[in-house]
Amino acid sequence: MVPESDETPAILYVDLHLVHEVTSPQAFAALRNRGLTVRRPERTLATMDHSTPTRADVLYGGLPAGPARDQINMLQKNCRDFGIELHDLDSKQRGIVHVMGPELGATQPGSTIVCGDSHTSTHGAFGALAFGIGTTEVAHVLATQCLLQRKPRTLAVNVSGRSAAGVSAKDLVLAIIGKLGVGGGTGHVIEYRGAAIAGLDMEQRMTVCNMSIEAGARAGLIAPDDTTFEYLAGRPMTPTGVQWDHALANWRELPTEAGAEFDREIDIDAAALEPMLTYGTNPGMVLPITGRVPQANGDTGMRRALDYMGLNPGEALIGRPVDVVFVGSCTNGRLSDLRDVATVLAGRRVADGVRMLVVPGSQDIKRQAESEGLDRVFTDAGAEWRESGCSMCIAMNGDRVAAGQYAVSTSNRNFEGRQGAGARTLLASPLTAAAAAVAGKISDPREYLR
Amino acid sequence: MEPLTQLTSKTVVLPNADIDTDQIIPARFLTTTESAGLGQHAFSDWRFDSDGSPKPDFVLNRPEAGGCEVLVAGDNFGCGSSREHAAWALRDFGFRAVISTTIADIFRSNALKNGIVPVEVDTATQQWLFENPGAEVTIDIGHRQLQLPDGRRCEFAIDDFARYCLLYGVDPLGHLLSQEKAINDYERAHHCTP
Repeated sequence: MVPESDETPAILYVDLHLVHEVTSPQAFAALRNRGLTVRRPERTLATMDHSTPTRADVLYGGLPAGPARDQINMLQKNCRDFGIELHDLDSKQRGIVHVMGPELGATQPGSTIVCGDSHTSTHGAFGALAFGIGTTEVAHVLATQCLLQRKPRTLAVNVSGRSAAGVSAKDLVLAIIGKLGVGGGTGHVIEYRGAAIAGLDMEQRMTVCNMSIEAGARAGLIAPDDTTFEYLAGRPMTPTGVQWDHALANWRELPTEAGAEFDREIDIDAAALEPMLTYGTNPGMVLPITGRVPQANGDTGMRRALDYMGLNPGEALIGRPVDVVFVGSCTNGRLSDLRDVATVLAGRRVADGVRMLVVPGSQDIKRQAESEGLDRVFTDAGAEWRESGCSMCIAMNGDRVAAGQYAVSTSNRNFEGRQGAGARTLLASPLTAAAAAVAGKISDPREYLR
Repeated sequence: MEPLTQLTSKTVVLPNADIDTDQIIPARFLTTTESAGLGQHAFSDWRFDSDGSPKPDFVLNRPEAGGCEVLVAGDNFGCGSSREHAAWALRDFGFRAVISTTIADIFRSNALKNGIVPVEVDTATQQWLFENPGAEVTIDIGHRQLQLPDGRRCEFAIDDFARYCLLYGVDPLGHLLSQEKAINDYERAHHCTP
């Protein structure tokens, strides 16, 4: 809206501001302290996901008293007081904020989208410029619908080839983060390009863009195309009639022009990839599932990570027993992810001693999964089927992994303590997670697809 | 925010690379609706045993760390999430500056908004600071300089606007609010009004 100069950052107009219960209370307090209102409540969409319980009896039976309930009550009050639409606990469309936005059609190509959550990068799958902001900035956007920003650098990730069966979008993005490193994208917006990206459906594209932040990037995006437009058509918040035609014409102008230069480029061949698995304490510490844990070679960070994970250099990941399997999160809690899991679980049982939690990304996904009978596949196999929420990805709502336990998780972070103090997380695709659940140990998902 | 022009303090060294926001403040403390008081939980899982007793060998628990306002860290400090609670916790714990070779984007932005100066240095300077824990350094925001006790002066980059806000204690929200006319004009031109 206002270009940047040496003295001042650019002023970026925000088309959509997503709000949730954890990073917003202090922002609303700042508005109240200064006597400010929300400038564009109709461009602000709120829900609760991080600290909401996923057990139906707890969620609908009256939340237990405590700080999480206070946080939820505060969001309800703030939305009421400031005139913001809230998808409350009883909403049929409530879900993880980055799952719900696209489902409602609120996420649209070419728009600027922010949220006080780093995985806002998910919405880049639609060709939107979408990134996470801090709570002070949440207050800025609430009050002015604008954000101060410096222009980022650009990074092209060119993905050629076609993934083999059993190798999913999650494996692709883990491989990309492994190549870039957890700080490798710092200061950049990533554009994912190439035939392999164009061949992904929207749910897979969201998985890829979701984890851009895990390489340190500010945002990740994918050029909108017919796949994008078909996904959006007919959703509750997308334009209709003449306005749809007008929007479509605009969206078709958005892709990066041929021959555009990027500050940096990397190439990946999707055909060469195997299912991937993290072994360490950040998402860049990643291996093909058939690989061996690397030597520390005097790297104290690696040594520390392996100590935390209880792994030794040179050992294979396949065959290691697991305690917990978590399927869900804004990375892999969508319908196609649940279908992948059901493919492996159908007619099989979760191994004795393994706890498996399947948490849909939204209530909409929950209903769709149930209409397809996926919930029965999960529960017949011995897995727990829950209400939607962030659940074990961030372990704020009562779902957590105990200290010392090994979890194979479809979420986005394997940081120390992320899934509970002392928890040991191995990030993987839904297929790999399901294979681990059935086998009771790390297993190659390709063996379950024959 | 109080103006901050210059800072002189001993350093405390936490040489780990990729210190993420989940370490700076674990998620279980994010149910708060306040921003004050989070210092007690800073680096909680590194500072305390599971029974809540302090780990005596952890650097932030050692007596010499008391009063240190400058944290020297490994590469890629503050990676992970947008949780501003990380910046609130560090500030409440007593830190006013973080020195690393690279500082993650959103953390950097959150730090600056809470009076914490992110200082990026080259590997050699970082290594010197690692080898000399407790060194008294001066961070001169006006001159964009880190001064080491041996007399060396290292330039560091800081966004002009962020520097201005630190030096004069300016709240960036005031700047945005002053752009009311430009925002109105933009909304009219782009049919953003309901």
